[in-house]
Amino acid sequence: MPTDILMPALSPTMEEGTLSKWLVKEGDKVGPGDVLAEIETDKATMEVEAVDEGTIGKIFVAEGTEGVKVNTPIAALIGEDEDPAEVPEPEIGPDEPKESEKPGADEEVAAKSQPTTKSVDAPAAPQFKPADDPDIPDDVEMVTTTVREALRDAMAEEMRADGDVFVMGEEVAEYQGAYKVTQGLLQEFGAERVIDTPITEHGFAGLGVGAAFAGLKPIVEFMTWNFGMQAIDQIINSAAKQLYMSGGQVKAPIVFRGPNGAAARVGAQHSQDYSAWYSHVPGLIVIAPYTAADAKGLLKAAIRNPNPVIFLENEILYGSSGDVPKMDDFVLPIGKARVARKGKDVTIVSYSIGMRYATQATEKLVAAGVDVELIDLRTLRPMDIDTVVESVKKTGRCVTVEEGWPQGSIGSEISARLMEKAFDYLDAPVTRVTGKDVPMPYAANLEKLALPNVDEVIAAVNAVTYRS
Amino acid sequence: MARKAAAAKSPAKKETTSKSGSNAPEFSKDEELEAFREMLLVRRFEEKAGQLYGMGLIGGFCHLYIGQEAVVTGITMASRKGEDAQITGYRDHGHMLVMGLDPKGVMAELTGRQGGLSKGKGGSMHMFSNEHRFYGGNGIVGAQVSLGTGLAFAAKYRGEDTVSLTYFGDGAANQGQVYESFNMAKLWSLPVVYVIENNQYAMGTSVARSAATTDLSQRGRSFDIPGEQVDGMDVRQVRDAAERAIEHARSGKGPYILEMLTYRYRGHSMSDPAKYRSKDEVTSMRSERDPIEQVRKRILENDYASEDDLKEIEKEVRAIVTEAADFATNDPEPEASELYTDILQ
Repeated sequence: MPTDILMPALSPTMEEGTLSKWLVKEGDKVGPGDVLAEIETDKATMEVEAVDEGTIGKIFVAEGTEGVKVNTPIAALIGEDEDPAEVPEPEIGPDEPKESEKPGADEEVAAKSQPTTKSVDAPAAPQFKPADDPDIPDDVEMVTTTVREALRDAMAEEMRADGDVFVMGEEVAEYQGAYKVTQGLLQEFGAERVIDTPITEHGFAGLGVGAAFAGLKPIVEFMTWNFGMQAIDQIINSAAKQLYMSGGQVKAPIVFRGPNGAAARVGAQHSQDYSAWYSHVPGLIVIAPYTAADAKGLLKAAIRNPNPVIFLENEILYGSSGDVPKMDDFVLPIGKARVARKGKDVTIVSYSIGMRYATQATEKLVAAGVDVELIDLRTLRPMDIDTVVESVKKTGRCVTVEEGWPQGSIGSEISARLMEKAFDYLDAPVTRVTGKDVPMPYAANLEKLALPNVDEVIAAVNAVTYRS
Repeated sequence: MARKAAAAKSPAKKETTSKSGSNAPEFSKDEELEAFREMLLVRRFEEKAGQLYGMGLIGGFCHLYIGQEAVVTGITMASRKGEDAQITGYRDHGHMLVMGLDPKGVMAELTGRQGGLSKGKGGSMHMFSNEHRFYGGNGIVGAQVSLGTGLAFAAKYRGEDTVSLTYFGDGAANQGQVYESFNMAKLWSLPVVYVIENNQYAMGTSVARSAATTDLSQRGRSFDIPGEQVDGMDVRQVRDAAERAIEHARSGKGPYILEMLTYRYRGHSMSDPAKYRSKDEVTSMRSERDPIEQVRKRILENDYASEDDLKEIEKEVRAIVTEAADFATNDPEPEASELYTDILQ
């Protein structure tokens, strides 16, 4: 049986080309890898190589022919015992459409080997259903704890429970943490599990992801998330996409954590909120807690989670205290928002330090007679939009509060989702209170102006409740 | 100027004289035949992949390993298969075949079918196997170097005596994270062998045009990491050097760099016009230094096998490749429902 040699596609976009030169003639013996012809495309001249062994029985397309469509037979290869005179002409001429392109052609035959091109509706995205918070028994002792201590306790407990968990980052060990979050861990767990790295974010983030591929559960601390931008390729391309592009085979159970957003007077390069950036990426979990209890319960959940988790802390919140239940194993569900105050007049949605502005505004608004429902998202991805939608169905109004920039912000996302899921319930436009659309200035007065504040939240609530 | 003759000047460390007169460590009959078969499988597989690409069955990018077969074959022969981890960049088909991954699964991934190693969701550059300890298949140049260093970190953390074989190209050798990784690997004595597959061209840019110092084996000097240049076209030299490097890493002495002087016959990817090098350069490499022909010649000279025996091996290899191509052509595409699976676990 003669084997047709087809006009090859040599780039993802090539549809046709010029057969510029034959380097073999009929009767020539060829083997795998031998160059048979040169073809020209709009991009370049390229070579056609033989894949099989045989003799060139017949050349169908003469050199110099232009517009030769991809997959057109250009020659036939015959075996030792075959007669070139008996090579049949190809069924399809170079200028005719392929059988599969003809109207009425049997689609099944064409579809057998070629990938489908007809459009199929994409399946619906699965809905994430978070678990509820655990019941805290009434007799549990509540311990006043700083966010800093809560984070440290979470790491220490998980490290005690699982030898595969370790912490690495700049100044996490001997220095006890640039912000003292890892205080005491070196003393308890030793230098093998609490590892000071060189200043090399890209490298140690990638090293952490590789260790996670091999089954360890690294906690990678960025001194701040501003420096984590050096490592964003490893976080997104290596960690977030790994499970998907391996067809579910290779996991990356890793936590990247550190302070996010503005501190105080540290200027543009050290004052950025990455919440919206990471929340954009499928394959990541993004957590941004506000309270000490949430910091502990969610960091423990993050360390146990088999997926890459972005854990966004806040430097200004490290020293703030809250009640943390004294339980053997206090773990909170990822992806579940917390309703911080129930109300019926307006919904305020925030997270991380945004909750500080939102909480203070809520106190004043409640005193002024506005019954605010305040929601702390806690997890940004997967986002508990159901809790927000349920609230807005009741209040008809929504204000979002965050420190990040306005375009493509978490507030923008909530606004879009409310349009899709609660449009008929809205009595006023969803309104965003965000950081201003500028790099963070250094001057104290300008920095204050660049950040959101309590008055802006109150003004937004007054606007959507038509009280102003 | 491209370093055309680079492969020829590699040092031979353990000098023994074989029947063919060259100064190279000798292979036994079984080793020669194993190397011949593995390299031939890669060669024929890649030729078939090129053909399927030409037919439009493989899309996107497709980087063929033709010409470089001796590198992964020699390294793998020196390693503990299934225990030592391997990781590479986007030119990854050869690594998987030699490590023993199913050729059908590899080819079906290239054609984007459900039976592909990544269920058709990864493609040519993204295939993995926990079972064989192959960690990709990574599309971002240089990223695998940090990841591979992390695989070594995990081995040390757990007190295992496995080694991470981390491959990258001459192009990746200029990426910053490579040196971040070198630093940590040496600082913490991680069991990693960095294999630089120097095929002389980073896409279309020759080493001489992109590297301030072209002896890439010495790129670890500021970290005190030993390195050597190896004739990457001679599978015996590759295995010999790899044995030294792996032993060094496994015994706790830390990282080791092997610069494999090799050559790719095909373009960087399928759509490479190859205008940056002369046809003569490619032709002379193929005719004088081909890794498979070198082994074939020695097998025949040493009477390890007859022409007919080798033809029989060719036939077996061809059957495997044909079976893989048939499977990859007829296997269905992934179900639409796969779109949203494997995002989070």
